[in-house]
Amino acid sequence: MRLVLEQRAETGWALRLLSPLLAVALALVSAAVMFAALGADPLAALHAYFVLPLSDSWGLQEVAVKATPLVLISVGLAFCYRAGVWNIGAEGQFLVGALGGAWLAVATHGGAQGPWLLPAMLAAGALGGALFALIPALLRTRFGASEILTSLMLVYVAELLLDWLVRGPWRDPAGFNMPQTVTFSPAATLPLLAEGGRVNLGTPLTLLIVAAAALVAARTLKGFEIRLVGEAPRAARFAGFDAKRVTWAVFAFSGALAGLAGIMEVAGTLRQLQPGLSPGYGFTAIIVAFLGRLNPVGCLVAGVFLAVTFIGGENAQIMLRLPLDATRVFQGLLLFYVLACDTLLLYRLRLLRSAPA
Amino acid sequence: MTLLEAILLTVITASTPLLIAAIGELVAERAGVLNLGVEGMMIMGAAAGIAVAITTGSSAAGVAAAILAGMALAAIFALLVLGLATNQVAAGLALAIFGLGLSGVVGAPFVGVPREGIGKIAVPWLSEIPFLGPVLFRQDPFVYASFALVIGVAWFLGRTRAGLVLRACGESAAAAHALGFKVLRIRFLALLFGGACAGLAGAYLSLVLTPFWTSGMTSGRGWIALAIVVFASWLPWRAVAGAYLFGGVTILQLHAQGAGVPVPPQAMAALPYVITILALVLIMRARGGGSAAPAALGTPFVPDR
Repeated sequence: MRLVLEQRAETGWALRLLSPLLAVALALVSAAVMFAALGADPLAALHAYFVLPLSDSWGLQEVAVKATPLVLISVGLAFCYRAGVWNIGAEGQFLVGALGGAWLAVATHGGAQGPWLLPAMLAAGALGGALFALIPALLRTRFGASEILTSLMLVYVAELLLDWLVRGPWRDPAGFNMPQTVTFSPAATLPLLAEGGRVNLGTPLTLLIVAAAALVAARTLKGFEIRLVGEAPRAARFAGFDAKRVTWAVFAFSGALAGLAGIMEVAGTLRQLQPGLSPGYGFTAIIVAFLGRLNPVGCLVAGVFLAVTFIGGENAQIMLRLPLDATRVFQGLLLFYVLACDTLLLYRLRLLRSAPA
Repeated sequence: MTLLEAILLTVITASTPLLIAAIGELVAERAGVLNLGVEGMMIMGAAAGIAVAITTGSSAAGVAAAILAGMALAAIFALLVLGLATNQVAAGLALAIFGLGLSGVVGAPFVGVPREGIGKIAVPWLSEIPFLGPVLFRQDPFVYASFALVIGVAWFLGRTRAGLVLRACGESAAAAHALGFKVLRIRFLALLFGGACAGLAGAYLSLVLTPFWTSGMTSGRGWIALAIVVFASWLPWRAVAGAYLFGGVTILQLHAQGAGVPVPPQAMAALPYVITILALVLIMRARGGGSAAPAALGTPFVPDR
């Protein structure tokens, strides 16, 4: 007896919805096993990971703050992956976006600042991320260099660039030699939604972008073009769609969103540049994109779920002394299961009784 | 020992992990599977290697554990991309993330525990050759292993029937299947070999190069190994050139930093990554757009009974 894969004629919508849920359930079971292996009470650990962050107003706000960059980056990545373009350097685009916007805040600090500053910072952030993302796009379309490797290598370059700026030219002169910039003035800070809260204007802005992206993906020719280039490149060529242009467009779009996420994180949450300003949002967003079925609205739901794991991981570290890296293990496992369950959409597993020929 | 000899020695130590990991990935890719999770397998090898070496006190046990850890991760990857025909790029990314996380969990109790590195072995007679002797034949066992791996893989892929079958799986899985070869089994073995090499390369980092554990100590070497495979046009001998080029750049930037070159140290540290990008672009230009990649690289194969 053996298991074989058999192609499905079509996939029902219930299965499409069920597959990510099944992946989450399997990942939770595996996580419980891992927590037990690390010597923690699995139920207490799961509670700290997935229930505590959602059980009070502080936790919920924190989830929204962490979900915002994840959702924003993953929506861009979803367009890339739909088009069969593998941008895995969103982490670098996030950082360069943060640098681009922060440059305005640092340069005008203590000088001429006005209501124009914040929109200009957001625009500079998006532009910085987009330009940085266009490097792998150019190398791909002009020279055929693998965008997977070039976009990833640029992450290290961006990290080092940030490190140099906050230790060198942009360091706060009054900051006791700490590697950080000045704290941004109120004019360069995204306003909070509620006084004393944590959530800033970036979160509703992200929701608007998700809605717009969902519309573009489902209802416009551009969205169709991206899907066709990804799923049937030959047919796309016959239809007159230019695969190179699509590569440029999705790289620029995803880079802009990652850059915007970067500057919103800096201008809204951190209020200064410092090394290690991202806990790996750009990489986790890859998982969000796949868990969200490469669909903007799906990314929204998946982004909230993975934001919970970030805060839950911190909870579990403090309360149960679980290593922080356990969160990454869970995130990696989750992507394994998401991919495995997606196979069930295309194929059915069949048990063959006869001996293989 | 002259300065030149000293520099060459450090270049060899910097290049060896890249070469070992690249040669393993090269075999997997020649069989048609793109495993982007080299970084994850490598760092799991580093973590498992040092954890077992410290616990048992035996370096050999550490190396064995590293190889097994790399193979275990490769087996998970194989289950996904071969057993379930998932997207190889996404599964490879998942493996990289998973390996980085798991290595942190495994390595956590061993942070900062110092350990004597594995020593060097002088080959009798050969190490007496002037200049070449001390550089090539007074090395640690991993360097010899990397030489043996390159020679073995070049011979296997180019000169044996089994190597030809493996390459057939990478060029056209359907054709190899039609000829009666077990494509999935061959690809599985190739992946395991790649995992073993990545694990071994990781053990080199944590047992020889910097004999202690720090989280994220591979710092992108797994990804550079992937780039070396492309740079080498999937040929084992050229992988040597690629690995030594990148190892040389790493050492060059360290020496330049030490010599007080008036450039920020971060710019120097970025050099290996920038050179990797440049090398990818130049090699694609030199090929004039044609690809030397195995034709079936990255495409899943589902046998129809």
